[in-house]
Amino acid sequence: MNNIERNESWREELRKNFKNKDRVAIPRVKMPELDAEYRSRNYEEVNQGLSLEQALQESKRCLDCPTPTCMQGCPVGVNIPKFIKNIERNEILAAAGTLKETSALPAVCGRVCPQEKQCESLCIHLKMKSEAVAIGYLERFAADYERESGSISIPSLAESNDIQIAVVGSGPAGLSFAGDMAKFGYDVTVFEALHEIGGVLKYGIPEFRLPNDIVDVEIDNLKNMGVKFITNCIVGKTISQEDLHTEGFQGIFIAGGAGLPNFMNIPGENLAGVLSSNEYLTRVNLMGANRPDSDTPVFFGKNVAIIGGGNTAMDSVRTARRLGAEKAMIIYRRSKEEMPARLEEVKHAKEEGVIFMNLYNPIQYIGDEKGRVKQMVLQKMELGEPDASGRRRPVEIPGATETVDVDMVVVAIGVSPNPLIPANFSGLNVSKWGTIIVNQDTLQTDLPEIYAGGDIVRGGATVILAMGDGRKAAAAMHARLNSEKI
Amino acid sequence: MNKIIKKEILSENVVQLEVEAPLIAKARKAGHFVMIKVGKSGERIPLTIANADIQSGTITLVIQKVGISTKKICALNEGEYITDLLGPLGKATHIEKFGTVVCACGGVGTAPMLPIVEAMKKAGNQVITVLAARTKELIILEQEIRRFSDEVIIMTDDGSYGNKGLVTNGIEEVIQRENVDLCVTIGPAVMMKFVSLLTKKYNIPTVASLNTIMVDGTGMCGACRVTVGGKTQFVCVDGPEFDAHQVDFDEMLMRLNAYKDYE
Repeated sequence: MNNIERNESWREELRKNFKNKDRVAIPRVKMPELDAEYRSRNYEEVNQGLSLEQALQESKRCLDCPTPTCMQGCPVGVNIPKFIKNIERNEILAAAGTLKETSALPAVCGRVCPQEKQCESLCIHLKMKSEAVAIGYLERFAADYERESGSISIPSLAESNDIQIAVVGSGPAGLSFAGDMAKFGYDVTVFEALHEIGGVLKYGIPEFRLPNDIVDVEIDNLKNMGVKFITNCIVGKTISQEDLHTEGFQGIFIAGGAGLPNFMNIPGENLAGVLSSNEYLTRVNLMGANRPDSDTPVFFGKNVAIIGGGNTAMDSVRTARRLGAEKAMIIYRRSKEEMPARLEEVKHAKEEGVIFMNLYNPIQYIGDEKGRVKQMVLQKMELGEPDASGRRRPVEIPGATETVDVDMVVVAIGVSPNPLIPANFSGLNVSKWGTIIVNQDTLQTDLPEIYAGGDIVRGGATVILAMGDGRKAAAAMHARLNSEKI
Repeated sequence: MNKIIKKEILSENVVQLEVEAPLIAKARKAGHFVMIKVGKSGERIPLTIANADIQSGTITLVIQKVGISTKKICALNEGEYITDLLGPLGKATHIEKFGTVVCACGGVGTAPMLPIVEAMKKAGNQVITVLAARTKELIILEQEIRRFSDEVIIMTDDGSYGNKGLVTNGIEEVIQRENVDLCVTIGPAVMMKFVSLLTKKYNIPTVASLNTIMVDGTGMCGACRVTVGGKTQFVCVDGPEFDAHQVDFDEMLMRLNAYKDYE
């Protein structure tokens, strides 16, 4: 672990003034939430954020460990004790500044990271049979506090080196990379195919989990750091790889994401009313189809089935409830224990009246005379032997099927890398899953000036892993361009 | 933001816009399309590129007023801007010397057919274009089509111009009198369905340019999916052109009507 500045006098003083025994005795803070009945009919953010008092109290729980294992669990390496101790001494803006040393999007990460699998899973409290410090809540608190204070600071930037760098895609990986490269002094331009910046943060994650305004503030911050954004531009289509070279770009980071929705290829899947979660969420989140002033339409189903058990499925099913579904069902072929969605999202969905049908798998959709879906045939499953992933494999129970009425189906069984970008870059090597092949340590592709990261390398993964890739690629590209100069 | 350089009214419901888009003008090929969005609350809709001028850095779009978005676009005037324009998208038309090519288009489908007619002619094909519309006033771009066609057959439903009848009558006439190596068709889905049924009967390879519902146009949502040869394909990235004889037109027609109640 590099310098975590634990020896500064103010931190020593904080540790001295309040005994570990007393710190451990404080119970973990509860996040204030909107009432489930109320919120399941609107798009207001469910988690209301901590008050200053709550944050100050929670920050006291952190023991400022000599070896902060929590940091090992953070893909972007946030200096966790430093920011939390800044909260404890009520220097919230300094805490926000600490976050921005390593993270381009702290208000986003504090909201959408699966902390229970990352930083919080390695918190010392867990070893003492106590609940982990609410690192995610505190991160969000510091970032929100700074934004609401109106005095957002820009991280310190190295002197401009006039080297142009192109980023393909403005999702979490691209934004994180752009932020770090701007800090190193590069002239960074981000090319985005859609009309809005943010990738999955805008089109995928709903407003009730991550308001678009909050994403925009973090993007504005990058703009203030000198990062340029060009929307409505596909590298490989609108401009070519050669165009980038001609214009003097010396490095390219490809972060095109995994935008291609997977389907199950079962009968009836192309009926009207059956759509991918990407389409459903894009219509609502990016195009505002839930708002009366939007020109984009969206189906309003009464009986809606969402196929899948991940976060995208939870986002879709909760969206369906908000659009007026009487029955919003999760259809998942494994049991609840195996669902990959965050526990908090599953809990929120349950509270909002979502019906969980576990150990069911759709095998056919049936349409009406107009070609609109009206029923689904579900195969009942049971758990068999564990598979390679260690999870017990779902096995069909012969002959056990059920037919359920539905007027809308959202398929949320995963995504694959978008083939548009690799197909238009000559010389890039791609795996059989369509992911771009990179050096695991540097994220460099087989073309020396091109790096890649995020879902286009990993397949569908998480926001924070994509951001970690952005940081890693920036460090590696910077090292390479620096060594070339010498 | 893309500025509208020139606006022309082609027929009662059809408007032609010349739009500043230098990068798209340079990169586009016959068969490509763009996604377009007007205003902050506008929806994204696909439009095929009818023409482009690299020198002036403009592309030509031909729009038929059918719903809220196309009405908004048609209401734009010279000097105003299109909020968002993305392209060129889709796969370009496969152009080579086939021999005799029949280009069959209906209504506003004539606009996206124009660059294909031009490219087919320049590749050395004998090009016969069948131009169809409900009535005389709805025939558009006739002069432009004539420039690159060896022969133009005009069909109107009511016989007010050219021959009376459907596009299929025009195609069949050609098939009866000479060998046709390829048929390309662009128009309403139901028209393409019947063109496809006709040419299948005569075993003539046929390409249809499909116009489905789209949201992003870059392959990330699957709103545009169609069944081709029993397999699901995305029109925006795998198409828009497909072997017409493999396309499930009935499914496509049902999907096109899916949002009827919302429009």
